[in-house]
Amino acid sequence: MSSVGTMQPVPDQVRADLLRPLLRTSWKFYSLVLILGAIVVAALAAWATQMTLGFGISGIRWPIYWGFYVTNFVFWIGISHAGTLISAILRLVNAGWRRPVTRCAEVITAFALMIGAMFPIIHLGRPWLAFWLFPYPSERMIWPNFRSPLVWDFFAINTYLTGSVLFLFLPMIPDFAVVRDRATGMRRRIYGALALGWRGTPTQWHRLETAMQIMAVAIIPVAVSVHTIVSFDFSMAPVPLWQSTIFGPYFVAGAIFSGIAGLIIAMALLRRFLHLERYLHPVHFQNLGKLLLMMALLWGYFVFNERLVTYYGNRVSDMQVFWRTQRLTFAPLYWTMVGCNFVLPLVIMGISRFRTITGCVIASIGVVIGMWLERFLIIVPALGHKYLPYSFGVYRPQPVEIVITIGTFAAMALLYVLFAKFVPIISMWELTAVQHPGPALIPPATAEHPLGETHA
Amino acid sequence: MAHKWGMAADLDRCTGCGACVTACHAENNISTVGAEQAARGRAKHWIRVERYWEGEFPDVHMKFRPVMCQQCDNAPCEPVCPTYASHHTPDGLNAQVYNRCIGTRYCANACPYNVRFFDFFNPSWEKPLHLQLNPDVSLREVGVMEKCTFCVQRIKATAIQAEAENRQIKDGEIKPACVQTCPATALVFGDLNDPESDVSRLARSPRGSKLLEDLGTLPKVTYLSKQTQP
Repeated sequence: MSSVGTMQPVPDQVRADLLRPLLRTSWKFYSLVLILGAIVVAALAAWATQMTLGFGISGIRWPIYWGFYVTNFVFWIGISHAGTLISAILRLVNAGWRRPVTRCAEVITAFALMIGAMFPIIHLGRPWLAFWLFPYPSERMIWPNFRSPLVWDFFAINTYLTGSVLFLFLPMIPDFAVVRDRATGMRRRIYGALALGWRGTPTQWHRLETAMQIMAVAIIPVAVSVHTIVSFDFSMAPVPLWQSTIFGPYFVAGAIFSGIAGLIIAMALLRRFLHLERYLHPVHFQNLGKLLLMMALLWGYFVFNERLVTYYGNRVSDMQVFWRTQRLTFAPLYWTMVGCNFVLPLVIMGISRFRTITGCVIASIGVVIGMWLERFLIIVPALGHKYLPYSFGVYRPQPVEIVITIGTFAAMALLYVLFAKFVPIISMWELTAVQHPGPALIPPATAEHPLGETHA
Repeated sequence: MAHKWGMAADLDRCTGCGACVTACHAENNISTVGAEQAARGRAKHWIRVERYWEGEFPDVHMKFRPVMCQQCDNAPCEPVCPTYASHHTPDGLNAQVYNRCIGTRYCANACPYNVRFFDFFNPSWEKPLHLQLNPDVSLREVGVMEKCTFCVQRIKATAIQAEAENRQIKDGEIKPACVQTCPATALVFGDLNDPESDVSRLARSPRGSKLLEDLGTLPKVTYLSKQTQP
């Protein structure tokens, strides 16, 4: 079995490398958690201030009732589309190079969804009543309004979050068992509980593989539907440039696009700081970079379509918003977005010489910025220029919104750091899959590209 | 027969005096927010007088248009509300249930007329203005949406009175605060289901049109176009 590849890591080496962050804690970890935690606390304090003093301390105003918060909501739900969706597709097509990538991708989904799902609550005028979105049996016999896209959001996000957490948790079970077997005391009890009595029998492996296959198939339509429904929040309202039939696929493409960028950045950081050079190879970044290039082209195609059709249609109300983004107030942001989302990834990812890890990270940072701007540019210019010129308005974000926005990035980093601290960030059993009993039960695509080295 | 409350605004009669705005604030307990917050877009005028200039100097004309909630029959604000705070009543009003509102502000984004207002702060009144609050209208706390109700408290009071006296509501018996106050009688309120009512007659006028009619919202406010030039 060990003849699959000369660089196939031996199980003991894999375990030593991947369990190191779990077993050893340096001062760097504590200071990082402290800094990130402080930013998250500042964001929570900002939210508490907003609830105490009133929503008026934000920059939201008549008639621009959605601003940074809804931008962040769409952005983070978008980021969540990298992990589970990509991991599920790669699992289904049995791409061997996916093995070290899947878990760090799936974690992004779970955490980005949790953060994204906070924003519909943060942006509420009365967040303490958010539970009215739940279809719970109330004494007043009132249900949520199932015609409202916000209620669809509620169900879509909860379904996706539940599915993603399961999809993340299932392949962690054998790894928890490994940690359990090597740990003592309290740690042993906790990981023992998480391992759910895993003993590694062929029946257990078979059930795990079956469950993974079912989840991988089930999660793809859920993921696609989630961002389509998020796009419905906009396309269902009669607002200039919002009512567009293209928004569903446009948002899904944008979500996967920003998600891949987020994944590349996370992987590069992991590789650097957890010394995973042996597992995350340049070829992983090259492959994801090619995916990023493809999504950049797809994104450009959607934007071109949306803009050309609007321009050709030449409706007065649409053109107000169109020129506002194309040439007037929002033009600097708009062209930054085009540069970051299209030109930059096209140049860096299109030329193979630049498709290095550094190149991938630069392009990805551009895409993350560009995709955040894209959401902002969909929401704010349209709301500020709806039909009646008397009610045009200008949105200026206030400190509370900026602090909360920064806080979410810190929250994402914090959750990720903590996760990498308590769970092996690369699936150990999948890396060493060939070692397990009943190889027929394990996807066999490892022979060709065990870790993708043959590309390198 | 169910009522269908509607309004007509004669732009030929409107002088843009703003009495309707003041009356509305007084009747409906709409708090003022001060100059600074008003400049930041937090003023709540359930009815506003939009002022537009037409032509080039020196041949300039001024046009006024009072804009309030159009009480659309096909209202974009209603289906988007996740909690039914914004919903349609049997007599065709777009009701806003303040206590049910959680403040998603989705209704205000969906409204093409921008006539929905958010309470950014808890309302407050400078003394002694707190003594003139209308006991028939509930106060709104921070974080909810509010908007023109066609003075639903007056509609209800009249309906109850008429029922007690076992008679129909007479045309012109109900007057929302803006209609009652308008010195030029530019605003007319009544039942659109009664073909003989003043408002029905005006709604059929060849001068009549609806605001942003092509959006298909089926508004119940008819604007009678300006015929004369000042």
